[in-house]
Amino acid sequence: MTDASSQLTTADGRPLKAALAAAQSRARRRAFLLVAPLLLFVVVTFILPIGQMLQRSVYHDGFSNSAPALGEWFANNPDGSELDESAYAALATDLAQMKKDKTAGEAGTRINYTIPGTRSLFTSSARGADKLEPPYKEALLALDAKWGEPLVWQAMRQASSPWTSDFYLIATDRQRTADGGVEQVPENERIYLWLFGKTFVLSAVITFLCLILAFPIAHLLATLPMAKSNLLMILVLLPFWTSLLVRTTSWIVLLQGQGVVNNILVSLGVIGDDGRITMIYNQTGTIIVMTHILLPFMVLPLYSVMRTIKPSYARAARSLGATSWTTFRRIYLPQTLPGIGAGALLVFILAVGYYITPALVGGADGQLISNLIQFHMSKSNWSLAAALSAMLLAGVLVLYWLYDRLVGIDKLKLG
Amino acid sequence: MQDDLPIYGEIRVTTEARNDDFVVFDHVQKSYDGVSLVVKDLNLNIGKGEFLTMLGPSGSGKTTCLMMLAGFETATNGEIRLDGRNINLVPPHKRGIGMVFQNYALFPHMTVGENLSFPLEVRGMGKDEREAKVKRALDMVQMGSFINRRPAQLSGGQQQRIALARALVFDPALVLMDEPLGALDKQLREHMQFEIKHLHESLGITVVYVTHDQGEALTMSDRVAVFNDGKIQQLAPPADLYERPDNSFVAQFIGENNKLPGTIEELSGDKALVRLETGEVIDATPVNVTAKGQKTLVSIRPERVEFKPEMMPPGAHMIEATVLEVIYMGDILRARLRVAGSDDFVMKMRNTLGQTKLSPGQQIKVGWHPADARALDPM
Repeated sequence: MTDASSQLTTADGRPLKAALAAAQSRARRRAFLLVAPLLLFVVVTFILPIGQMLQRSVYHDGFSNSAPALGEWFANNPDGSELDESAYAALATDLAQMKKDKTAGEAGTRINYTIPGTRSLFTSSARGADKLEPPYKEALLALDAKWGEPLVWQAMRQASSPWTSDFYLIATDRQRTADGGVEQVPENERIYLWLFGKTFVLSAVITFLCLILAFPIAHLLATLPMAKSNLLMILVLLPFWTSLLVRTTSWIVLLQGQGVVNNILVSLGVIGDDGRITMIYNQTGTIIVMTHILLPFMVLPLYSVMRTIKPSYARAARSLGATSWTTFRRIYLPQTLPGIGAGALLVFILAVGYYITPALVGGADGQLISNLIQFHMSKSNWSLAAALSAMLLAGVLVLYWLYDRLVGIDKLKLG
Repeated sequence: MQDDLPIYGEIRVTTEARNDDFVVFDHVQKSYDGVSLVVKDLNLNIGKGEFLTMLGPSGSGKTTCLMMLAGFETATNGEIRLDGRNINLVPPHKRGIGMVFQNYALFPHMTVGENLSFPLEVRGMGKDEREAKVKRALDMVQMGSFINRRPAQLSGGQQQRIALARALVFDPALVLMDEPLGALDKQLREHMQFEIKHLHESLGITVVYVTHDQGEALTMSDRVAVFNDGKIQQLAPPADLYERPDNSFVAQFIGENNKLPGTIEELSGDKALVRLETGEVIDATPVNVTAKGQKTLVSIRPERVEFKPEMMPPGAHMIEATVLEVIYMGDILRARLRVAGSDDFVMKMRNTLGQTKLSPGQQIKVGWHPADARALDPM
């Protein structure tokens, strides 16, 4: 059959496939040209930056560039070799070169990421490096006893290659031992995994709250007569058209200690003046405000799915003997699942990466992982910020994959 | 209309055999906006085992009546009784009425088997009994092999059968059907009409069927209630409805009809002479005219019009007609005539071997048996 069809030709003897391709090529070219600007835009503003971010999370040449002699020594002497005079000689050569090139700070910063407090070791040692005399080991140890610490040498060995997994170790609360192994950092220094966990839990809570609040509204929107549902839709969309900053600050006005809600409660006598509830600048504030801001992202997919569910399904179920609760549970709810899935996925992904609201109203315990990413970016630790972001991205992709396995991405309905 | 006995022996009117008030609409009124009535004072008794069709144009109130019976709409006034019990306040799931919807309303997230099993599950029936009943219901509509399919994988006709099986699987005594065949093509529709009728007869259930298709109503029903403007215009067996319409609306709505406006010239018992506006006099049977000089609309079925004098009863009037066109339709020939100044008088002739061929422009005389011409109220 395939043989026969591959032999098919047009009336004037050209192969059919070639003729078809030629006939459609013009239309295809035009279609491509139409989407080309968007494609270019997406590549430049989305794919390239993400690729670069992923690369930064595993690449840092601050130390390897300015320490070629040490790099050579590490390459020739495997992990666990004795730190002999040749190693210190290489270090002295590199330090002298760093002084000349003024790169000691850069190199120190890279080592400082793995072992905090070592940047000054490099800058101060480099200052007198050109006056060092052999034997270098004694001279350097006299300059600073830290040069004898195996952890520092382990850190330099790892940093001697620009490609590194160090930032992912840090981002997962791990560190290297002196003998090249990996261990967890002491309990009181573990922050990242805990914050990831908290971010995901808070996002789940926010998603759940959004679902609970959005479901009845979306149902109302889908069943009300057109004129009324349009008005309601405008009310739902109103927050969309208002500045994020305005919405967030108005929540501050409402929820703060001397705010509207507390004042009303005090004047009603529900709480005493000294018993004002702290609803903002903490986790509660983050949850309340983010739920409000993300609500439309849940309402819209739900609405678009509910609108297509004909009322005759519920009627059929009722006529078949189901109570209204059974009808909801067995007939209506399952049919809204694509909308629930889409809305939940959308809200969750947005919440996991949300930055501005927790920064404004989160206080100390309402901060999310993106606030920490921002913190590292402001401190120019791009690689760690990139590693954290990549982990966040991976987490979202895993969720997406899970959703596809459980519900099916083809059932996703965003509007 | 109950005492209006059928004129043809083969038509099944089982008045004597059935409990005549299985379903009762007692002075039922329905308003959606509090300003106008959608259903105006409906009184209707439906017997047990009867196939009753509510027929009418859209907006005539027929679907509202069905929805009130199913429990999805509440009657604004009056009482609906099912088997002697007032069901005005009974919620739909406790009425035990099977219902087939226009768009089938099969649950898209369930298989055919799960769809059928649903009404049994909510009644707390055990698994074995459920499976047996589902299988029986599916076999009844010849869909046994489709138990694991999803509704989306079925054709319209197949979905219709499943919807039918689902409405019957829990053995309801009353089944409501809301234009169930509206979405099917003509051939399938006719086939399903037969099947529904057959199921009705073999199961002995009571069916209330809503349609706007008069052909469907005539072929399937024991009785037809013709709705218009929120009122029942006529409630009668199909043959009565067709042969003896009570008023102009019914005459026009059911089948094709020729209408001749005129004035009653003579009225004596069951005979009337009507003078048309152009001066001719024709024979008619008075239906809802009472006095000489009254305006009337005479309605005659196209297939009852004759143009051969030998076929006419003695003394019957015949009037002049001009053949305008003759359309060949296979089994019949349809002639459009100019009669009494109107250009749309239709005559149907059987396409038999010896049938006289008429040609446009030909002058003929047409007449009819007085019983076939009904003098109705002018619309």
